[in-house]
Amino acid sequence: MTAGATGGWHVATVVGARPLTRSARELTLSVPGLEASSPGQHLDVRLTAPDGYQATRAYSLAATGQAERADLVVDRVPDGEVSPYLVDVARPGDLMEVRGPLGGYFVWRPGDPGPVLLVAGGSGVVPLLAMLRARRASSSRAPFRLVCSVRGPADAIGREEIDEPTPGVEVHWVFSRESPPGWPTRPRRVADDDLAAPGFTAADGPDVFVCGPTGFVEAAAALLTGLGHAPDRVRTERFGGA
Amino acid sequence: MDRPAHDAPLDGNAVAGLLGEAFAFETTLALVRCATCGRTDVVARARAHVSAMGAIVRCDGCDAVLLVVVERPDGTLVSTRGAAWLRAPRPADRPY
Repeated sequence: MTAGATGGWHVATVVGARPLTRSARELTLSVPGLEASSPGQHLDVRLTAPDGYQATRAYSLAATGQAERADLVVDRVPDGEVSPYLVDVARPGDLMEVRGPLGGYFVWRPGDPGPVLLVAGGSGVVPLLAMLRARRASSSRAPFRLVCSVRGPADAIGREEIDEPTPGVEVHWVFSRESPPGWPTRPRRVADDDLAAPGFTAADGPDVFVCGPTGFVEAAAALLTGLGHAPDRVRTERFGGA
Repeated sequence: MDRPAHDAPLDGNAVAGLLGEAFAFETTLALVRCATCGRTDVVARARAHVSAMGAIVRCDGCDAVLLVVVERPDGTLVSTRGAAWLRAPRPADRPY
């Protein structure tokens, strides 16, 4: 066993599974020896096939702060190697291995006074949901604005929970392909107007966290620096498919 | 060990687990200086191509290879030839 920063691999047992959308599922794992995580961190998940073939993928933690437990949200990538198993097949009692909690850069600390601007593309909302959950669970009064871009209402992960009214937290949805019935705007991509809100402009100096697929992250980061946010205040995390 | 062409590059956050097998510090917050162009930034902001065998970390400025990480049965191997240096974060280091 190596003695690096990750502490190596831990055996994890699935103890809960909850569908969130037609393609995403929240999996709860029991992981003896796993340290408590911080909002924004992720885990590496390793699956081993009967023939010994192994596949490893990184998944963000949707809830943090509790040792020996991991709440992952996994969105199915249709031709993926790992995510279809985790979304469609894994059930309580199944075993896998995890490494983490990982990452120190894309992390919000509840002691930070804020403001905080969160920008999510698709299932990139997961680490930002962890930050939102941590804020709601703490005494933090940091102003939060969460901008969530999703294809359509059926793809919105955790929308009811995210929309729960909370003083100091504002949520803004952008539908890119299909708007809900009666929604005031047509489907469109995230634009300057979505990102520039009073209290969260470049002059307010917010900590900005952007997470999503690579194309989304790069487009959003370009808009944000165009609005005057210092590039090093815009923290990004890209995820791929599999 | 290049990744399939249809996969977009990720960033240094994705390599935290792999690099954590080799280094005892939080690698996403470590500073790395590109030996080719001199750009100096945290590993989290570099580009990363992750494959089944390991990862290639490239400079976000000039695209030169900074680090190559290979997982092997006898341990995790990191080539740092493209980096002038890598500086571990201090425990109290914050991103900004």
